[in-house]
Amino acid sequence: MSAGQVVHGTARSTHISRTWWGISAACLVAVIGLLFSIFAFVLVQGLPALKPSLFIEPTHGIAGGLANAIVGTLLLVAIGLVLVIVIGLGTAIWTVEFAPAWAKRAIRFMVDVLAGVPSIVVGYFLYVALVEEAGWGFSLIAGAMALAIFMLPYVVRAADVALTNVPKMLTEGAVALGARPAMVVASIAFPYALPGILTGLLVATGIGLGETAPLIYTAGWSNYMPTLHPTHSPVGYLTYVVWTYISQPFAESHRLAYAAAALLMIFIFATNLLARSFVEYKLNKHTSR
Amino acid sequence: MATMDMAARGDSAKVLSPAALQRIPAQLIFRVVTGIAALVTFGLIFVMLFFLVVYAYPAIRFNGLEFLTSSIWNIGNQYGSGVTTRNGFTGAPGASFGALVFIFGSIVSALLTMVISVPLSLAVALSLVYTVPRRIRPLANALVELMAGIPSVVYGLWGLVVLVPWIANAFGPFVTSKLGWIPFLGGQIGSGNGLIASVFILSLMVIPIMVATTRDVILSQSNSIFEASMALGSSSWQAMTRAVLPSVRAGVVASILLAFGRAIGETMAVLMVCGAAINVFPQNIFSPVNTIAAVIVSQLESALTDSTGMAQRSLAELACVLFVITLIINVIARGIMRGADRAEGRKS
Repeated sequence: MSAGQVVHGTARSTHISRTWWGISAACLVAVIGLLFSIFAFVLVQGLPALKPSLFIEPTHGIAGGLANAIVGTLLLVAIGLVLVIVIGLGTAIWTVEFAPAWAKRAIRFMVDVLAGVPSIVVGYFLYVALVEEAGWGFSLIAGAMALAIFMLPYVVRAADVALTNVPKMLTEGAVALGARPAMVVASIAFPYALPGILTGLLVATGIGLGETAPLIYTAGWSNYMPTLHPTHSPVGYLTYVVWTYISQPFAESHRLAYAAAALLMIFIFATNLLARSFVEYKLNKHTSR
Repeated sequence: MATMDMAARGDSAKVLSPAALQRIPAQLIFRVVTGIAALVTFGLIFVMLFFLVVYAYPAIRFNGLEFLTSSIWNIGNQYGSGVTTRNGFTGAPGASFGALVFIFGSIVSALLTMVISVPLSLAVALSLVYTVPRRIRPLANALVELMAGIPSVVYGLWGLVVLVPWIANAFGPFVTSKLGWIPFLGGQIGSGNGLIASVFILSLMVIPIMVATTRDVILSQSNSIFEASMALGSSSWQAMTRAVLPSVRAGVVASILLAFGRAIGETMAVLMVCGAAINVFPQNIFSPVNTIAAVIVSQLESALTDSTGMAQRSLAELACVLFVITLIINVIARGIMRGADRAEGRKS
């Protein structure tokens, strides 16, 4: 084994060791510094542009407010979440409670692989399948489905882990008291796993908020407030504003792009912080027992 | 204690849950509904692949091998008369869908991204595990994870406004004047939009992901290997890089593959800084490039004007290629991870 071949520690090797640790620490500082500077750049540029009117006025061509995009993003993510809760939680419950061992392995494998599918492939698939072939046009429901497919692996994984970690003692106790599977899941396993599931949903929300590629050719884009019509009615969303308005040659459209980026970051960091606080709450609850 | 807990939960369950959950038909419905959800999740990839391949089939026949060997992407003359027919499928006159430039761009930008991000991520992960004081470790971890959550358009925005001008005005001139004699480092810099801008952005995007996974893999290895190596007289760096890292080799390789899959499939950030090259290969690291993912977005608008529909179907063929590449990478990576987990399980 390689551990056996290691040269004996001498003054020289300790010195080299220290140098390498120094270099990797410098890498750490550089990477965190650089990523932090991106974060700071967007906030510094975007926060001053966040006027109250942005939240009321929709965009007009390359200017105006962001109301349509904010409402659109929230609507798309909300409907996507409803879809992903139904499919994702269903999948996790079946996998943990009912699936035979081979099916468990197969589903977990497919979920892992699904997490690696590029977002544009999901987007183009839905464009072809729903927008073109099914004839729905750019629409709220196509966009929400794109987000749901993209969020699905994160929700299934989180719920799978949370449900698997429910102590056998509790579920078996319930079974011994005469509870049937639906009862066991609904009243014992699910409440116990809830913090973990909510964390997964929040992480998925953060991912859904920041997606662009799967929405471009499913939700389309609209300068008007989203109608609640599920098909044939394109929807605006914040990431689109960031993407297109920054390459317009107008200061006003740049300000909108920065404002949209800052809003996205705030939304996403808020959901991530909430997710973290759930994790901590769960840890505290479990350690205090 | 535990039994009391159980009894309490059992009681509250009886009070709270509707008795309907205990009925026999409810069990069947519950099982079937969750089973259908699981089937949807399981089948999603097959459905997507099947649908895209069927939709792209006319393009696959029309383009033939030219798709992989030609570098000319041209949706054809939309105002001329007549059509081009190949293998029984028709496209606009003069249409040619060669994807070599895009496939090349995807692979080269992802590979160069790995060259930059793998050593950096390993260094950062090692540092997080070993150098960072215990007290601020949660903060550093949280920062890395929050960075992984920044949306790709925001990276693209930063790339367009900060990185691209920096490459055009500072980095580019410096490299071409000092290192221009090295192949692909000299020559025209252009606007700054191009291969190196894409690579820098992709590196920033995959580093947080790779750091998080390698850190977890290193932490999953028990301290005993590190301590045994130290006891044999190695320095801490040697113990880490020659004993601990090799022992988690499989996990590290898998996380590198996953990051490669991410880099090759990334769309928006690359689209914003790649320079959108069509029909030309990059001459140096500053040249405009294009990737499969980016071109699907940037070409769809023009593809929609193709009345024969062949351009749209050719984009679907591109999506298939990207899909298959990422599927292979992911399946291999997950396979390696599973193998590593199982080997570990046997050991303990």
